[in-house]
Amino acid sequence: MSRFNEANEAIAHEIIARYPRPKSATIPLCHLAQEQDGYLAEDAMAHIAELVGITSAEVMGTATFYEMFKLAPVGRYVINICTNISCQLVGGEELLEHAESTLGITSGSTTADGLFTIEDVECVAACTEAPACQVNYRYQHRVTPEAFDTLIADLRAGRRPEIPDHGTLGATRQHISEDRVANITPPEQQVEPAWYAARNATGGESA
Amino acid sequence: MSESPRPVTIDQPVTITVNGSEVTAQKGELLIDACERAGTYIPRFCYHSRMSPVGMCRMCLVEVDTGRGPALQPSCMLECGDGMSVDTESAKVRKAQDGVLEFLLINHPLDCPVCDKGGECPLQDTTVAYGPGESRWVEEKRHYEKPIAISATVQLDRERCILCDRCTRFADEVAGDPLIHFMHRGSNTQVNTFPGEPFSSYFSGNTVQICPVGALTATPYRFKARPWDLEHAESTCTTCSVGCRVSIDTSRDEVLRYNGVDSDPVNWGWLCDKGRFGFEAIKHEERLVAPLVRSGDSLVAARWNDALDAAVAGLRSVPASSIAVLGGARLTNEAAYAWAKLAKGVLGTDNTDCQLGDGLPADAVLGLPVATIDDVCRPGGTVIYLGPDPKEALPVLFIRLRHAIVNDGVKVVELTPQSTSLTPLAAASLTYRPGEAGVLAEAIAAAHGAGAAGVDAAGVDAAGVDAGRIAAASDLLAQASGPITVVIGRPSVAESASTVVDAIGAIVRRFPDATFLPALRRGNVIGALNAGLAPGVLPGRVRRADAAEWFGAAWPRVPEVDGEDAAGILRAAAEGRIDTLVLLGADPLGDFPDASLAEQAFIGARRVVAIDLFLTESARRATVVLPATGFAETDGTTTNIEGRVTQVVRRVTPPGTARSDWQLAVDLADRLGADLGFESLADIQAEMDELSAVHAGLTVAAAASDLDGVVLPLVSATVADPAEADATGSDSASASDSPAAEATAADATVADEPASDADPETAADVDDGLIPAPAPLAFVAPAPTTVPALDAYAARLVVGSTLYDAGTMVRHARSSAGLGPAASIRLHPLDHSQLGLGTSGRVRVINGARSTVLTAVADGSVARGTAVMIGGLEGGDDSALIDVTAAVTDVRLEVVS
Repeated sequence: MSRFNEANEAIAHEIIARYPRPKSATIPLCHLAQEQDGYLAEDAMAHIAELVGITSAEVMGTATFYEMFKLAPVGRYVINICTNISCQLVGGEELLEHAESTLGITSGSTTADGLFTIEDVECVAACTEAPACQVNYRYQHRVTPEAFDTLIADLRAGRRPEIPDHGTLGATRQHISEDRVANITPPEQQVEPAWYAARNATGGESA
Repeated sequence: MSESPRPVTIDQPVTITVNGSEVTAQKGELLIDACERAGTYIPRFCYHSRMSPVGMCRMCLVEVDTGRGPALQPSCMLECGDGMSVDTESAKVRKAQDGVLEFLLINHPLDCPVCDKGGECPLQDTTVAYGPGESRWVEEKRHYEKPIAISATVQLDRERCILCDRCTRFADEVAGDPLIHFMHRGSNTQVNTFPGEPFSSYFSGNTVQICPVGALTATPYRFKARPWDLEHAESTCTTCSVGCRVSIDTSRDEVLRYNGVDSDPVNWGWLCDKGRFGFEAIKHEERLVAPLVRSGDSLVAARWNDALDAAVAGLRSVPASSIAVLGGARLTNEAAYAWAKLAKGVLGTDNTDCQLGDGLPADAVLGLPVATIDDVCRPGGTVIYLGPDPKEALPVLFIRLRHAIVNDGVKVVELTPQSTSLTPLAAASLTYRPGEAGVLAEAIAAAHGAGAAGVDAAGVDAAGVDAGRIAAASDLLAQASGPITVVIGRPSVAESASTVVDAIGAIVRRFPDATFLPALRRGNVIGALNAGLAPGVLPGRVRRADAAEWFGAAWPRVPEVDGEDAAGILRAAAEGRIDTLVLLGADPLGDFPDASLAEQAFIGARRVVAIDLFLTESARRATVVLPATGFAETDGTTTNIEGRVTQVVRRVTPPGTARSDWQLAVDLADRLGADLGFESLADIQAEMDELSAVHAGLTVAAAASDLDGVVLPLVSATVADPAEADATGSDSASASDSPAAEATAADATVADEPASDADPETAADVDDGLIPAPAPLAFVAPAPTTVPALDAYAARLVVGSTLYDAGTMVRHARSSAGLGPAASIRLHPLDHSQLGLGTSGRVRVINGARSTVLTAVADGSVARGTAVMIGGLEGGDDSALIDVTAAVTDVRLEVVS
C-alpha cells in the first residue's frame, strides 16, 4: 500500500520528537505504518527512512528481524495459537487443528475474505490460562474449541470492539504527558528525565 | 587478501605473552593485530583492520588468560593489556576453530571449482589450514537464487555468504552508503538491498575485494580468470589525482581487474568504482592503434614516419609564441617533463597548460605550503574545505575525510556554492553566492579580528551568508588545535578560478601557518605542474623568469615571455595567433568549460596535433592524431594531490603501434633537429632529479620504492608578503585591514626560514658555483576579482562535477558508462515555482548569446537565486553557457512550452 497519510505523518513527527535521535523512532514508526495499512508496505518503509534519516535498506533490515512486522498483507484478525508445552498439554494443538478446519486454512495463511490469519506460535507467556491464543495480540484465555467458535462469530459480527484491526499493538499512539517525556536532549547533554527528577524531588517512590 | 594490521605507534607499551614468547604491544591495540605483528597470524573472516571489529564470525577465538584463568575469547574484540597471556594453538583453540569452520560450512555451497574466489578464498584457505577436514552435516543446505545483482557491477550469491558483516559494515562505516543490510533473522539472515534501491555506491567494488568468500563478485571479472593464472603488480591509479595504490591483475596480456592496496598515507586499501572498473577502457576496441593524418575531410591511417613529419611540419619555423601545448595531466611525471622540455626547452613556447579551465593557477598549487592527506585528516584537526564535492571528484579523499570527521573528531568548515556530500558531515557549511568565495573568506577572517565582539563587528551578511554563521565558523577556526589545513579546488567551473584564489589569499592572510591540499581532479595534474606544464613556470616549482638562467644552461633554449593558460591559448587560437595547437590527451571541445571558445579556437588554429588514446571530439578535428600508450601500458611515476610520487607500471602491450608520451616528445624533438637527451625513462628521471629542485634525487627513489612512494619536499614554504604583492603592481584593497597586517608580520618570518635552510640539493648546486638555483615559486595573492551584482531576474549558475560524467574514460569503461545522472538544472523550490513550470518542466537557460534547453528540477538544497548543474554530462551542455572570461555565470530561465 502506501506511505503515511497526512494524519499519520503528523503522528510520526510527534513520535520522532520523543527521541534524542530520529533514528530511534524507526520501530515505533513501523508499528504506525502497520496500523495504517495492516502490514508494513515497502513504500511505508521508504517513507520511514525519509522521516528518520536512514536508508530504506536499514529500515527493512530492522523490520525483517521482527516476526510481528508483517511484510505482506495479513487478515484483519491475526490469531496466534500457542502450541508450546503448557497449552499443548491441555489442548493447544487440538485448538490449532480446530481453528484450521473451521476456517479452512493452514497455519500461516489467511482466509479468502481477508478476515483471519492463523499463526502457530511458541509460548505467549499465558501458561496459567492455557490453552491460550491471541487475536491481534489481545489475549484470549482458556480457549476451548467452542469458545473459539464464539470468538470467530463475535469477530465476524463486530462484537469485539476492544480488538483493533491488523495486529496493531496500539502502544505507539499513546499520549505521553509532558512530565513523562524523557529529555530530548542529546545523550551527552542528558540530565535526569523529567519524571525521574520529579520523583526524586519528592523524595519517595510514590510517583 | 592483502590486509595487514594498521601501522601503530607504541607510546603506551604493554607486554603480552603470545604462545610463550613476550611481545610488546600498544595498550588498547586489538589482540588480533598485536599477534599478527608479532608473527602469529590468527584466522579471521569478519575482522578487517580498516573497520571496527564486530566479533561476528568467531573464527579468531584464542585462549586468553588475563589472570583469571584461560578462556576462549575473540581476539578481534579484545584490547591488549599488560600481562595478558595468549595461546593461539592450544587444543581448546583448535577445537573451537574446527567447530566454527564446521558451522560456517554448514550452509556454504562447495562450488569452489566454479567460484571466482576459489584459489584466493579466505574461507577455502582457512578451512584447509584450520578446518576439521570433513563435515558431519548431511542435511540439505540453504538455497537462494544465484546470484542476484545488487548493483550495476556487483553480484551477490547469498548461498555463499557467511554473514561476516564486512560488506554491510563497509557500506555503513566507510562509504556512508548503507544500502545493503542484513535482512531477516536466524538461519534466514541474508544480506540484501531494499527492493528497487540498488547498492549504487561509488565504492561498491570494495565489498567485492573484502568479501572473505565468493558471495560478492564484480560483473567485469566474473568467470574471467582463475586467481592462480593472474599476475599481480602494484601501481598507482591515475583515474583521479588521489593516487590510490592498486594491484593490477593481468593474465595473457590483458588487465582483468584492479584491487586496492593498503597504503596507509593514501587510500587504506579502498578504491572508487570509477577507478576500479576503469581498466575496461584499456582494451577498448575504439583505442587508437595507428597514427592518423588528415586528408581532406577525413583522417586516414598513416605510417609513423609520415605522421611525425606532418606533426613537426607545423612546429618548425613558426614563432614560438604561435605554438601551444594543452593538456598533460594524463602523462607520467617523466612524460610530462619530456614534454615540458620539448615545449619550453626546444620549441621555446610557454603556452602550455595541463589544466583545462577547471583547475587553479600554478601559483596557488605550487606556491603554497602543501598539506598531505594525513595532515588534513589529523585527529582533532580543523579543515577549511573550498573545493569540488570530494565524493564526486576525488572519491577516496572523501572516504578519508569522512573517516576523519566521523571517527577522529576533525572539524570541517566548508565554503561552497551548493550542498555537497560533505555538507551533512561538516561542522559548519557556508553556502556562498557563486563567485563570492573570496568575499566570504574575507568576512570569516574579519569576524575573527573583532574578538569577543566579533558578531557585532562583523555584523553584516557576506556573500549571501548570515553574519551569525560567519562568526560561528570564524570562532570554530579560531579554536582550532594546531595549524589549519585547507583543501583548495574549484567548487564550480561556472565561477572563475580567480574567485577561489581570492579566498585562498584571505585564508593565507588570516592563517599564515595554514597548509594547503589541492583538490584537483585530473590524474597527474600535480606531476605535470611540477614538471612545468603550466604557463609562467619551469620544472621544479619555479617561475620562468627566476629559473630562465638555470634551465638555459641545460636546455637548448628557454621561453622568453610568460605564456597563456588554457583559456588564453584558446582565445589566441580563436584570434588566429596560434599556428599549431598540440593536445596532450586534452579534449577542449568535449572538456573545456567554455564550448564556444573551444569551437572558435579550433576554427582559428591552423594545425592541431592530438596525442590521445581515443578519437575524442577534438582529435576528430585534428590535423594529425598520434596514438599514445595509456595506464598499465607505460612505466614511470605519477604524483598525487599531496605531491606524493609513486610508481606506475607497464603490464600489458599497448594496442597497435601506440607509443609512450615521452617517446613521442623525443621523436618530435628529433625531427626538429634537437636532442632531448632521453633514451630511457632513467635518463629523464636523472635529469629531473638534477635540474628540478623539487624532484632532487626523489624521482629515482620513488621509482624504486614499493608502496607509499615519496612525498616531494616543500621547497617553497614561502607565503607571499602582501606588501610584495602590491609592489608587483596589484592594488590589493583588502590587504590593508588589520588581520592582513598581522599576517604580513608573520609572513615575513615564515618567508625567511626556507631561504636559510634551503633544500640540501639546491644548496649543493649553489656550491658548484656556476648558476644559483632558482628561488622557489611563492603564491602571491592577486588583486581581488570584481564580481558583478546579481540582478533580480537572473540565477547565478553553479556547475559541479560528478564521478560518472561523460568523460572519455568513463564512456569507454562498460561498467561505468551510463551510470551518470540525467542532465538537469536544479533550482530552489520557490524559484522553481515562480517559473510557473508546467508538467514538462523544460526551460531555456540563457546567458547572453549562449543558451541551452534543460529540465528544471526543484531541489530544497539549492540556495535561492542559484541554479545548479552537473558538468560534463551527456546532454548537459553546461559548457554551452559558460563564458570563461567572466567571473561568474548568470543565466535567465524561460519556460519552453
